[in-house]
Amino acid sequence: MGKIIVGLKRVIDYNVRVRVRPDGSGVETDGVKMSINPFDEIALEEALRIKEQGNADEIIVLSIGASESQQQLRTGLAMGADRAILVETSKDLDPLSITKVFQKIIDQEKPNLVILGKQAIDNDNNQTGQMLAALLEWPQATFASKVTLSDGKAQVTREVDAGLETIEVTLPAIITADLRLNEPRYVKLPDIMKAKKKPLEIKAFEEFSITPKDTINILNTEPPEERQKGIMVDNVDALLEELEKKGLV
Amino acid sequence: MNKILIIAEHNGLEINGSTNKCVTCANVIPESEIDVVIFSKDGATLASQAATIDGIKKVIVINGDFNEHNLAAILAPQIQSLAENYSHIFGPSTTFGKDLMPRIAALMDTNQISDIMEVLNSRSFKRPTYAGNAILTIEVAESEKIIATIRTASFAAAENNNNADINNMVLDTELPDHTKFLSIQSGKSDRPDLQTAKKVVSGGRALASEESFKIIYDLADSLGAGAGASRAAVDAGYAPNEMQVGQTGKIIAPDLYIAIGISGAIQHLTGIKDAGTIVAINKDEDAPIFEVADIGLVGDLFKVIPELKAALEK
Repeated sequence: MGKIIVGLKRVIDYNVRVRVRPDGSGVETDGVKMSINPFDEIALEEALRIKEQGNADEIIVLSIGASESQQQLRTGLAMGADRAILVETSKDLDPLSITKVFQKIIDQEKPNLVILGKQAIDNDNNQTGQMLAALLEWPQATFASKVTLSDGKAQVTREVDAGLETIEVTLPAIITADLRLNEPRYVKLPDIMKAKKKPLEIKAFEEFSITPKDTINILNTEPPEERQKGIMVDNVDALLEELEKKGLV
Repeated sequence: MNKILIIAEHNGLEINGSTNKCVTCANVIPESEIDVVIFSKDGATLASQAATIDGIKKVIVINGDFNEHNLAAILAPQIQSLAENYSHIFGPSTTFGKDLMPRIAALMDTNQISDIMEVLNSRSFKRPTYAGNAILTIEVAESEKIIATIRTASFAAAENNNNADINNMVLDTELPDHTKFLSIQSGKSDRPDLQTAKKVVSGGRALASEESFKIIYDLADSLGAGAGASRAAVDAGYAPNEMQVGQTGKIIAPDLYIAIGISGAIQHLTGIKDAGTIVAINKDEDAPIFEVADIGLVGDLFKVIPELKAALEK
């Protein structure tokens, strides 16, 4: 039993076609639909299922970012989390500083398990869970596709390049969610109403006395080189002819 | 002088080609000296393999039963104790490297750089974000060690004609006992490894079942190619997870990529952008995959694939 903390990051929605600003200062966010990072949604769904199976008694959703992240936390509460914490900052914090905020919240809340998405689909870093495990000196089970809890341990099946690896970690532990861990539930209207009454605590980033690490400077953001549309062929013979020309068959 | 340490990826028997790709990236860094470190149960064979990689100075081997299963929580503190002499520590952007490198960075109180795709100088790099739709140019402050994963699809593999020194080392590092390896389940196949194959044939949801997905394997075998799948095909259970190509699966750069019955979601295209030639076969002429394909063929895959296979075997 015990608490589970789940991280929720506000990101540009999965379906939006991301555009780089012409001046190279980043990507266009004005008027763009924002959502919970899809991997974080999977992380929350897993936490909810663990609670429903009687293996946890409280789910806390935590976000670190702009005031607007409250929307994503409310969605998390509507999905079934018990309470939410927003550590508010207008700064674009580096991953290590984000991790240190998580660490301090974890020191206060003492969860038994922390579940994060394996990566955020904005910066595609794939590192917060691993860094958090290092700072806390906890075990990590990244890229999870199956989680089973028993006797203060978690058996986690991980999606790795070679196939499916299963490891056993002692709790408390960090788990990061991969795509096939579960399919997150849809939020129903009554749950959205109920979520409005659930506690959402806002703390200022400055309360944590963490000095952001400005050691990685972003000099420029540019769109990728586009591949040019090639030719269309009518049949298999024409396809093979083209491949032969290129020396590929 | 830049001293670069590369963490070798291996399965206990063979050095993974991703290690050679990290070496190629490290070699682009000016005035660099490159060491490769192997953590394993018994690394003698692995070390003699790694010592042949062109461009490296020496191979460091750290043997121990605890190093048998590549667990990040076990490897990270050992790497930390080796880090002092190095300005850069690189691992591949495979699940092995992604699991490990951030853990090392945090132990050293620094940020980790994910997926280096281009080296501009010893402290400035390009890396992809937003599924490859926004490429960042970054610069790391002089104060920091550079701990990074190398995007394997962006670098060719270094060749193996070297005869570097091999140093066996014993580290006095306290290791945790909170993580235990239980098992690994891999699809057995004689096909070339997806991440290093020169040719790859991938199937999508249009294959419609695990059974009919076999025609993808058959075509791959006729071409001597690796076999891949779209996320939709893996989610539907037609192919195992290790075959997934895309933003959250494997990012690959074969000379020839044949996408069959794959519509071409942006997340899939992220995984194949660096391929030499992309061939798309799809019955929907408006499928987005045709926008990036070098050669497109509109047709019913269940007719086209057997025809293609027969023609190849002629």
